[in-house]
Amino acid sequence: MTTEGLHKKANEIRQDIIKMLVAAGSGHSAGSLGMADVFTALYFAILHHKPKDPDWPGRDRLVLSNGHICPVLYATLAHAGYFPRSELKTLRKLGSRLQGHPHRTALPGLETTSGPLGSGLAQAVGMALAGRIDEERWQVYCLMSDGEQDAGNTWEAVMLAGKYRLSKLTAIMDRNNIQIDGMTEDVLPLEPLADKYRAFNWHVIEIDGHNIQMVINATNQARATQDRPTLIIAHTTPGKGVSFMEDDYRWHGNPPGTVETERTPEKRQQARVALRELRTLQGKITSEAE
Amino acid sequence: MDTHLNPNRLQANVEQVPIRNGYGAGLVKAGEKNRNVVALCADLTESTRTEDFAVRWPERFVEVGVAEQDLATVASGMAATGKIPFVTSYATFSPGRNWEQIRTTIAYNDVPVKVIGSHTGVSVGPDGATHQALEDIAIMRALPNMVVIAPCDYLEAERATLAALKHPGPVYIRLAREATPVVTTKATPFKLGQSQEFRSGTDLTIVACGSLVYEALMAADVLSKKHVEARVLNMATVKPLDGKALLHAARETGAIVSVEEHQITGGLGGAVAEFLAAHAPVPQEFIGVQDQFGESGAPEELLEKFHLKSQDIVTAAQRVLDRKQKQPAIPRVCVVPKSTRRTPPKRAARTRTRKKAVQ
Repeated sequence: MTTEGLHKKANEIRQDIIKMLVAAGSGHSAGSLGMADVFTALYFAILHHKPKDPDWPGRDRLVLSNGHICPVLYATLAHAGYFPRSELKTLRKLGSRLQGHPHRTALPGLETTSGPLGSGLAQAVGMALAGRIDEERWQVYCLMSDGEQDAGNTWEAVMLAGKYRLSKLTAIMDRNNIQIDGMTEDVLPLEPLADKYRAFNWHVIEIDGHNIQMVINATNQARATQDRPTLIIAHTTPGKGVSFMEDDYRWHGNPPGTVETERTPEKRQQARVALRELRTLQGKITSEAE
Repeated sequence: MDTHLNPNRLQANVEQVPIRNGYGAGLVKAGEKNRNVVALCADLTESTRTEDFAVRWPERFVEVGVAEQDLATVASGMAATGKIPFVTSYATFSPGRNWEQIRTTIAYNDVPVKVIGSHTGVSVGPDGATHQALEDIAIMRALPNMVVIAPCDYLEAERATLAALKHPGPVYIRLAREATPVVTTKATPFKLGQSQEFRSGTDLTIVACGSLVYEALMAADVLSKKHVEARVLNMATVKPLDGKALLHAARETGAIVSVEEHQITGGLGGAVAEFLAAHAPVPQEFIGVQDQFGESGAPEELLEKFHLKSQDIVTAAQRVLDRKQKQPAIPRVCVVPKSTRRTPPKRAARTRTRKKAVQ
């Protein structure tokens, strides 16, 4: 797929995110929209995987640590062919395989159950350790939020990965600067994040998380790094693609139609406005870097 | 008595070995049997008896440091990738400190991590209450998918370790620090989910687990001299509970004393009471720690202070017999409900069972 094709795919995924959140009536909008480009790059250009054979032993492992952005994971998995797109509308409904936070045994393509923050990186470390014992070639990717850098469990895993120099591990941090109680630097200051990881023996790359080519280049660089794990800090805009959601932390845990904003005071109109904006944009969500 | 027991078990010179030693021996055997067995430890390799495994297979051993949350979650990741991790620390730290990680990434995730909690009970001794786990059975048996085992001596701990290896899901095994009298032999059988009748009797049943099974046997011996014949059940698997044996005990003896080195709240006694209240209510007395923290002291002093010795079990037996006489006997005919299986439910070969799509 061309870079332009990937950006169009990311836009389709964003539209599905809006539709499934509206159908669910609850769920996390901002992070899901913000990570659509990274997920598209991973599932359509980076990962070695077989959607029709989700348990294929040679697959790259992808751990979603901040499980609350599962709408983007589910939508991407459906677009990649793991299950029918028609199932997306069952998100958060009784009996659905699309649980409010992802559950490993419920749905094909999930490597783990997640939701409680700060535990995903350690599981990815465990997978990389197991892969190393068996001399496997597959890579482990861990997607995590900046908010969960508050958690002790994250830093326990950061240290362990540095200790064992797990070069097949790549963590991608969604650096969108928001968490539930406000801006990350107000809630619990995290910076300088890159220096902190480097001090623990990690290779660190900073990119614009809406530039799909940069995501691909960064993972290529991570694979070429043979002596240590890599952290890709993906700077993203929460709510990217929907103007009234962008950079507003109130959209962290709410679906369209629930938060009054100056630009869309009519809550009932929010979903329609969001979808119209996305349709107009098509593949034009690109980063400032382009 | 069908079960093989140590003939010296009631003698003053009975052999005493820490229960945790059996785990160390079992772990090495597990490592020999299955190359996917890996061990993880949080800076307590020697005292949790993980050392022999770590020396023999350094490439299959992961030292995570003083990081119990990492211990559970790294193990979860390894298990999701085909390994069978055994993780050890003191039980106050694992499953104490990392309980949520165990809940989400091991139990709910349904991966075969074996959590080994060492240093349980007040008999940990001089280290004091911070290191004496008295709540671990309660927090672990509340978790769906989790099997909970409290072996009575080092030989049973070795058997439990190998049984945990065979079980396809998550398991918790609780160990104790101090030398404990050896009541079983190398020939004693062990089956997950199945209790063992260590002593027959029809006047009452003492249901015990872990290090206090020895005290239960001593108490039964004292009671016998007073012409009271107590049945002693070794309920090593606290979950799933051996409901069939409990129903027989309630029906045939009509009185229960539960015995454990754990808080009364939520422990073995609680599990027994939950079951019998629903299926065959009989008077029950509880030997265990009464909603208190432990403290420093010699193990024997602490067992006495917290009323966990054989004489306390004898007193409880007399109390329960009084209550039994004051209430009408329960009907002799008793239907064993289907839910009281002796063994854990059979699982599909593939652990990744999936729900059908909702349309």
